[in-house]
This record gives sequence, C-alpha cells and structure tokens, in this order.
Amino acid sequence: MSIDDDAGGPARVLVVGASASGLTTVEALRRKGHAGPITVLGDEPHAPYDRPPLSKQVLSGAWEPERAALRTRDVLAALDAEFVFGDPAVALDVVGRSVRTESGRELPADAIVIATGVRPRQLPGQQDLAGVHVLRTLDDCLALRGDLLAGSRLVVVGEGVLGSEIAATARTLGLDVTLTGPLAAPMALQVGPLVSGVLAELHTERGVKLRLGTGVVGLTGEGGRVTGVRLATDEVLPADVVVVAIGAIPATEWLADSGLELDNGVVCDSRCRAEEGIYAVGDVARWHHEGLGRLVRLENRTNATEQAMAVAAEILGEGRPYTPVPYFWTDQYDAKLQVHGFLPADAEVDVVEGDLTARRFVARYRSEGRVTGVLGWNMPKQARLRRQEIVDGLDAPAPTH
Amino acid sequence: MKVVVDEEKCVAAGQCVNAAMDVFDQREEDGIVVLLDENPSDDLADDVRTAAAVCPALAIRIEE
Ligand SMILES: Cc1cc2nc3c(=O)[nH]c(=O)nc-3n(C[C@H](O)[C@H](O)[C@H](O)COP(=O)(O)OP(=O)(O)OC[C@H]3O[C@@H](n4cnc5c(N)ncnc54)[C@H](O)[C@@H]3O)c2cc1C
Ligand code: SF4
Repeated sequence: MSIDDDAGGPARVLVVGASASGLTTVEALRRKGHAGPITVLGDEPHAPYDRPPLSKQVLSGAWEPERAALRTRDVLAALDAEFVFGDPAVALDVVGRSVRTESGRELPADAIVIATGVRPRQLPGQQDLAGVHVLRTLDDCLALRGDLLAGSRLVVVGEGVLGSEIAATARTLGLDVTLTGPLAAPMALQVGPLVSGVLAELHTERGVKLRLGTGVVGLTGEGGRVTGVRLATDEVLPADVVVVAIGAIPATEWLADSGLELDNGVVCDSRCRAEEGIYAVGDVARWHHEGLGRLVRLENRTNATEQAMAVAAEILGEGRPYTPVPYFWTDQYDAKLQVHGFLPADAEVDVVEGDLTARRFVARYRSEGRVTGVLGWNMPKQARLRRQEIVDGLDAPAPTH
Repeated sequence: MKVVVDEEKCVAAGQCVNAAMDVFDQREEDGIVVLLDENPSDDLADDVRTAAAVCPALAIRIEE
C-alpha cells in the first residue's frame, strides 16, 4: 500500500536522524519519483557526514574532516527537502503521526522514518574525567584526535571492531597503546577465535599491548583528569588518554512514551514497519529477517544504505521483505577485512583460499552444515565471489532447534 | 551517462559489482574498484545509479 495524504496528494515524509540511513532514505524516495514534501530532523549541528572515516582517515589526519561529508551542499539542496539541524526529537505521537522537537516544533507527517542510530555506552563516572572519550560523532573524533596528538599513553577499553580500529590508528600516530577488554583477542566476538588470533598477532607485532581477558571495573583520576584504567584484577593500566568503546545503545529514549515496541532497538516487521506509517532504518532498527526467521539489528554502514532503500520502497508501496546478507569491513594497519553474512561463535571455520600465515586469505564459516558467512583478509574480491554461498544458505529451509 | 570512480576512497566493498557487473569489477590483488565502462549505455543506467547509491564509501560519481 502506498501512502497519500488525506486529500490523496503526495504524502509528507518526516525523517528523524540526519545521517547515513536518514539521508539515503530521502535520496531513494526522490530517485523513485516521490514528489511530496520531505523534512529531515537531526540533533547534530552538522550536515550529514560519514562515520567510518572517524576511526580511520579523519582520526589519523589523512583526511580533513570536510572529506567525511556525505554530500556537498549543492547535492543536498537538489533533494528539495527541508533539513532541520541541531534540534532533537523529544516525542513521537504514533496515532496523530507527529514528532515534537526540543525547541517546540510540531512536525506532522504521513510517514515517519526513525533513523536515530545508536549512542556509545559509557563507563560509570567517565563524564567527570577529562581525557576520557567515546567515538561516535565528528565532534567526538576531533576531541579525541586533539588529545591523541597531545598525549602519549592511550588505553582503549573494548576489544570490538571500533576499539581495535582506534588502537591501530593511534599506534600509527606513535602513541603507546594498550587494548583491553574481557575477551581473549581483538574482535573475538565478531570474527571468532581463528581470525581474532591473527588479529592479536598483528596488533602485537605493531606494538599494541594486549591486556585482554579481564574486565574493566573503572577509571582512576587525579585533579579531574584520567590517570588510568582499573581492571578486575585490581591492576591499573596508566593512561593520559582513554577511549571507551564498549558498544552502543539504540537512540530510542525519545520514543519511551510512544507506545512503540522498544527492545534493543525499534522492533519492526519484515518490512521495517514499527506501526502503520512508522518505519525504522539503520543502526536503530531491529526488524524481522525472514531469511533467518528472527529479529536482527545491524550496526554497519552498508545496512544503513540498503535498509534505507528498502524503507523508501516500502513507503512508496513497492516494498518487499528486507532480507540482506550483512556486510561490513574494517581497516587496521595494512589489513583490510571484509565480512559477508553472519559469523556465529560456534561456527566451523575453514580457510578456503589463500594462506593464514601470509595474511591473505578467505575463511568460510559454517553452522549446522550451512554456509553463514565469509571473511576476507586482504582478499576482498575473492571473498565477495563467495557471497552467493551465503545467499544459498539463507534460502535453504531453516534447521529446527 | 559518465561514471567516475575515486580509487582512493574505495574500500573494496564490491557492492557496486553486485549492482552492475557489466560496469564495475574489482582488482584481484586488493579489491579496489575497476571501471569497465566509463560511458554505460542507457539500459544500464538504473543499475549504475543503484551501484553509486549502495557504495558505502561514496566512491562512485555519476555525471549525467
Ligand atoms: C567511528 C565509527 C567507525 C565505523 N566504521 C565502520 C566500518 O568500518 N564499516 C562499517 O560497516 N560500519 C562502520 N561504522 C558503523 C556505521 O557508521 C553505522 O552503521 C552508520 O553510521 C549507521 O547509520 P545510521 O544513519 O543508522 O545511524 P547514525 O549514523 O548513528 O545516525 C543517527 C543520527 O541521528 C541523530 N539522532 C539521534 N537521536 C536523535 C533525536 N532524538 N532527534 C534527532 N536526531 C537524533 C544522531 O545524532 C545521528 O546524527 C562505524 C561507526 C563509527 C561510529
Ligand atoms: S562499492 Fe564503492 S567501495 Fe565498494 S568496490 Fe565499489 S566503489 Fe569501491
């Protein structure tokens, strides 16, 4: 069903969140011929920019921050949408289909797209200490870069994708870097023991100290500035700069009273609908993936784009269930990892091309006899060529548990 | 339609190849995009626009 306004004219669309998924939704709507009014509401003061370079090229200084802009002013203007920056949404009225903002705007619409992403999780008390950072926004990135250039000893809390990338980038800037977290190796949760073991070797070779396998209990400080990170073993890792990269929480606090189902994201059906006329997209959306038969929420750049295209199609009545093969990449030193599909912790992993010791390989992940994922390490093309095996695995009837 | 790719921005995702195989390929050694056809014919235009839209690195530009 396509949407119209009450008089049968082209519908008014409101997108909340002015980043990758929100902007792509607008572009896809226009590309598909939607002529009705579109408003994009964002809480950040900046025009839409891209986040992956924030832990890589912008943090290292290889790119000027402007280069992370998602679109030029002219391209944004050509979209003929109203952009409202620096004014957070504070409430959604599902039945009346309207959003209220902090400054008091009331924005009614025929279709509302929730694209508010996620916010970094924090350690208790970290806000009270200078020198402690999270990394999600451009402002976060510039503040962290400033401290990295002035500092000498960095501790990264969190051995996930983001923490591992920040450790690598900071190391190339010449800092003394320690990476800490509860798991045994960098990105162990995301890529499993075999590949995270290779990552551990790589980081060690490059001079990053790994203090893994112990939880972090808190921060130490003096005179309002951080001095270290306290581990569960009571050991303190000294630091003048700390980055906390321990995951993120969907930015749904503004939806608390909306009546929408919120459970680790905005819960949606297989077409990314949270309610009639209300959609969620990108990092904030947890939708029913029909190929997997369960709710899925993805925090990656490709999903932001692909899901936005699916939501735009759904708004225009051309939708179908959204069943992507997830994809993400990460760059650490000279290693470029590409991950297609899902890499469950208990998967059987085989190197199917290349050579682990040469650090150029493709690993295949199988679970219950089906290929669920493929990982390429400096073999992007070869990894992509095996994507079809994952598609075939998704199409096969789901095993019963 | 004229297509321009920025090899320096490309993150070797290969999404463009999935979208428009006749226009994009990837280098064997590092996966960076290879433009097979700078001036794709009209029947490929939609696929090329999709490729530019799905490229996560914004490395594909279309000059109409
Ligand atoms: C440092 C970093 C590096 C990354 N690297 C990679 C990578 O290498 N590969 C990869 O695949 N992915 C990467 N990602 C993930 C990728 O950037 C995200 O998946 C993507 O940005 C999601 O887009 P989104 O539009 O859904 O959410 P976001 O980009 O988070 O955008 C949401 C926007 O909504 C705004 N907002 C929140 N609440 C409100 C409100 N109440 N009212 C109005 N606006 C609001 C936010 O401020 C934000 O601007 C990285 C992310 C980060 C932070
Ligand atoms: S989709 Fe973009 S990043 Fe990926 S290979 Fe093509 S041009 Fe490069």
